[in-house]
Amino acid sequence: MTTTSTSTDEVMDYDEAIARFDPVMGLEVHVELNTATKMFCGCATAFGAPPNSQVCPVCLGLPGALPVVNATAVESAIRIGLALHCEIAPWCRFARKNYFYPDMPKNFQTSQYDEPISFDGWLDVEVEDGAGGTEIFRVEIERAHMEEDTGKSLHIGGATGRIQGADYSLVDYNRAGIPLIEIVTKPIAGAGERAPEVARAYVSALRDLMRALDVSDVKMEQGSMRCDANVSLRVRAGDGPTSAAQLDVPLGTRTETKNVNSLRSVERAVRYEIARHAAVLAGGGSILQETRHWHEDTGVTTSGREKSDAEDYRYFPEPDLVPVAPSRERVEALRQTLPEPPAERRRRLQTDWGYSDLEMRDVVNAGALELIEQTVALGASAQAARKWWLGEPSRRANGAAQDLVAYAAQLGFAPADVAALEGMVVAGRLNDSMARQVLDGVLDGEGHPVQVADARGLELVQDDAALEAAVEQVIAANPDVADKIRGGKAQAAGALIGQVMKATKGQADAGKARELILAKLQ
Amino acid sequence: MNSDLTRATATELAEALANKTVSSVEVTQAHLHRIAAVDEQVHAYLHVDAEGALAAARSVDDRRAAGEQLPTLAGVPIAVKDVLATRGMPTTCGSRTLQGWVPPYDATVVARLRAEGLPLLGKTNMDEFAMGSSTEHSAYGPTRNPWDLERIPGGSGGGSSAAVASFQAPLAIGTDTGGSIRQPAAVTGSVGTKPTYGGVSRYGLVALASSLDQAGPCARTVLDTALLHAVMAGHDPMDSTSIDAPVPPVVEAARAGQVRGMKVGVVRELGGAGYQPGVRARFDEAVQLLVQAGAEVLEVSCPSFDYALAAYYLILPSEASSNLAKFDAMRYGLRVAPGGVDDPSAEQVMAASREAGFGPEVKRRIILGTYALSSGYYDAYYGSAQKVRTLIAQDFERAFEQVDVLVSPTAPTTAFRFGDKLDDPMAMYLNDIATIPANLAGVPGMSLPSGLADEDGLPAGIQILAPAMRDERLYSVGAALERALVDRWGGLLLDRVPQLDGTAVKGA
Repeated sequence: MTTTSTSTDEVMDYDEAIARFDPVMGLEVHVELNTATKMFCGCATAFGAPPNSQVCPVCLGLPGALPVVNATAVESAIRIGLALHCEIAPWCRFARKNYFYPDMPKNFQTSQYDEPISFDGWLDVEVEDGAGGTEIFRVEIERAHMEEDTGKSLHIGGATGRIQGADYSLVDYNRAGIPLIEIVTKPIAGAGERAPEVARAYVSALRDLMRALDVSDVKMEQGSMRCDANVSLRVRAGDGPTSAAQLDVPLGTRTETKNVNSLRSVERAVRYEIARHAAVLAGGGSILQETRHWHEDTGVTTSGREKSDAEDYRYFPEPDLVPVAPSRERVEALRQTLPEPPAERRRRLQTDWGYSDLEMRDVVNAGALELIEQTVALGASAQAARKWWLGEPSRRANGAAQDLVAYAAQLGFAPADVAALEGMVVAGRLNDSMARQVLDGVLDGEGHPVQVADARGLELVQDDAALEAAVEQVIAANPDVADKIRGGKAQAAGALIGQVMKATKGQADAGKARELILAKLQ
Repeated sequence: MNSDLTRATATELAEALANKTVSSVEVTQAHLHRIAAVDEQVHAYLHVDAEGALAAARSVDDRRAAGEQLPTLAGVPIAVKDVLATRGMPTTCGSRTLQGWVPPYDATVVARLRAEGLPLLGKTNMDEFAMGSSTEHSAYGPTRNPWDLERIPGGSGGGSSAAVASFQAPLAIGTDTGGSIRQPAAVTGSVGTKPTYGGVSRYGLVALASSLDQAGPCARTVLDTALLHAVMAGHDPMDSTSIDAPVPPVVEAARAGQVRGMKVGVVRELGGAGYQPGVRARFDEAVQLLVQAGAEVLEVSCPSFDYALAAYYLILPSEASSNLAKFDAMRYGLRVAPGGVDDPSAEQVMAASREAGFGPEVKRRIILGTYALSSGYYDAYYGSAQKVRTLIAQDFERAFEQVDVLVSPTAPTTAFRFGDKLDDPMAMYLNDIATIPANLAGVPGMSLPSGLADEDGLPAGIQILAPAMRDERLYSVGAALERALVDRWGGLLLDRVPQLDGTAVKGA
């Protein structure tokens, strides 16, 4: 078995691959729910707890222990299904998926098989249309079903970090039994060369949706959202990926790439597999149906265990659990709790705030949408709110490897603080540079903006006489610069403004200082 | 009450304890002495917890002395089948794979026993993971039938029934997946009930077949059985399949023992060819006694019962193959290194441990179940078996439209000799032919002694079946029949069981 992360697989140039083949994808996304307790027992679900500290007879699969379904998890599953425009099964069961692996306490996973709680839905995702705008691509959803997570293995020794070749393995069962929703797409065809981009946009849209539903942390880096990407190629036919002739061509053999744990990786892994498949097929070879492992560092996939249709999980209905049968009324009540779809909401806010596409993208990527929304609601302008949130707070959150919302929450730094800061600027008490100092103080824990400004004695000099005196002093001290300005080089005023600010200990209004300097020298 | 405390019924002991004419320590100690004297011959127990039992007994005595009002059975000692998890006490399921495993938690049933103040004498022997009808499949050697030590005590719960029948415990817990409470009761001359599926929590019962397993009471009289049933039963939020409804009034029914005006159906399909003449004779007499007691008896047909055994031996192994997958040597239980492998992988250790830890019957059923669930065979085997199961449930429904209870012999034969059926699994499986339908349909069933078969002088049992959640009917009919039989016999059938004290193993 291959155990190296550097592949010697040949790949075809991507454009050539797309010119010769039509890619079809199937994406399986696992979402860990953010319930307080596990799927079938009362154990806590906190991430990062000491190994095997959140376990009990049930999630350890001790002899005699029995599962009981977490009602909140079922509720989240139904809300996810509804948000994905799925049908909700009026009656469904759990099933056992039987296979042996040390991180599975019972050697079967309690999952759902032929009776998923939700099925037949869709999710619209936005991709660039190649002309500077965006275009909607509809991804059809096969099913979204409930299951439990497995434990987490850590393989010590050996070259690859995989179980083969390891000296020994450690297993942490804290994760065993965490509620999961597995969302499976129908084959995604018709994306053509944009397949990798569609894959990324789909996972991104799912992540936004889960956040809006508040059902998961969806932190791909912590594994609370994981993607497996199935890719296959078929020969080109007709005039384009969405043509009837193309869609009629039978699907090729697929590979399933696991361990794709960032949005960027989703795109890269799909792109890589398309190029690799193309090289195999063009060389007259055939694709082996198998699991591939994605290597973030080297950007390649390597062969994992072979997975064929012969692999037999011996599914059967879980006899330790009773069927899940949500009433129509309950489903409808849950439908009322659905949030505005994230894409629609983004479009609405972008229009309201007058952001450019680029500005909006930065805001979304920084995870600042809700913070800005709340700040604007407190009276700040949309541009100011964006400027403050995407500045120092974002920089510090990045430095702490935290997302902005969590960073701000932990610090007790609220939209009200940003609104207060901006309020002082608008009122003319602070200039931009002073406001930045106040913000630093707030983020350093010195108090609320007004407190920090007071404590640091930050207040714009409103006394025109004092400012004028400072300007004259600086002009006198820098005759050569003054001459340049007199000669028409207005941009040289910057050097003098800096000195005026220095002389006033930064408390002058720089705009006013500039006006004065130019008035005196032109 | 008998001066020998081990001969007293649980009802008598409870009364004496409540009246403070005897202490729980005395009662418990008497049983521990009895165990020390005779269990070498019977081998009903896999583990005896003298210290724990006496500590529990002392605690009950202290509380009673302090004037506390205690539950009915407080202070009456009990034996627990080794398939129920007991905190701090080994739980082996009769398997080598769990040798020495001490659970960190109590099964709900065990917790209820402790809460009601019943001292736990120890854990009783059983066929490995409850697979068998003779206890010959225990990894720790078989239990012997107190009526004839060369014969099987039934199974899988032979240890619990033999403990009760040899006066080593007044009460015991059994579990019944296809007859493992009722068939041992029948062949040891004792009483046992499989409650309605979901009537008693399965939490902490090491699963054989989840959709069939049910824990229940074992005792020497119908009333004792009812008292224990009432302690065990009731909703448990830890078991999703547990029924959230009041416990049927089993004790009241057992005290009243009234069958006048009840309709009793004799199941045509359970009792013909293959049933030992002495078993049939005692059964027919018992039915006549019910008529004399005022019941109306009619014959009822349940045609799908003919397929029950086949369906059972697809559903049970299928579920068992999955339930037993957890025994992989990774977290607990026997771990064996594969021979001739220097640096074994986890998978190799799993395989070697399962090979060494499981006995042949367990392996047989795991293989059967794995096959039956395999893709391509699932519909033909597991799927068809589930359909048969539905048909059997429908047969019961139709029957209970005509009658209040159904009756049949509990098992086709009296206790057979060790080794007689060990090499013929089908012959062994046929022992449960009359008890299996109740498990498939989830309805409650009881076995009580009907007398001794003429040809071998060994106990035979009569089975009573009732609709789901009508467990009290078992006790109405059982108590009425028991009263009539005891009148005829001049005492309990078990009064005639051979004394074991100091006597050598009886020859054939």
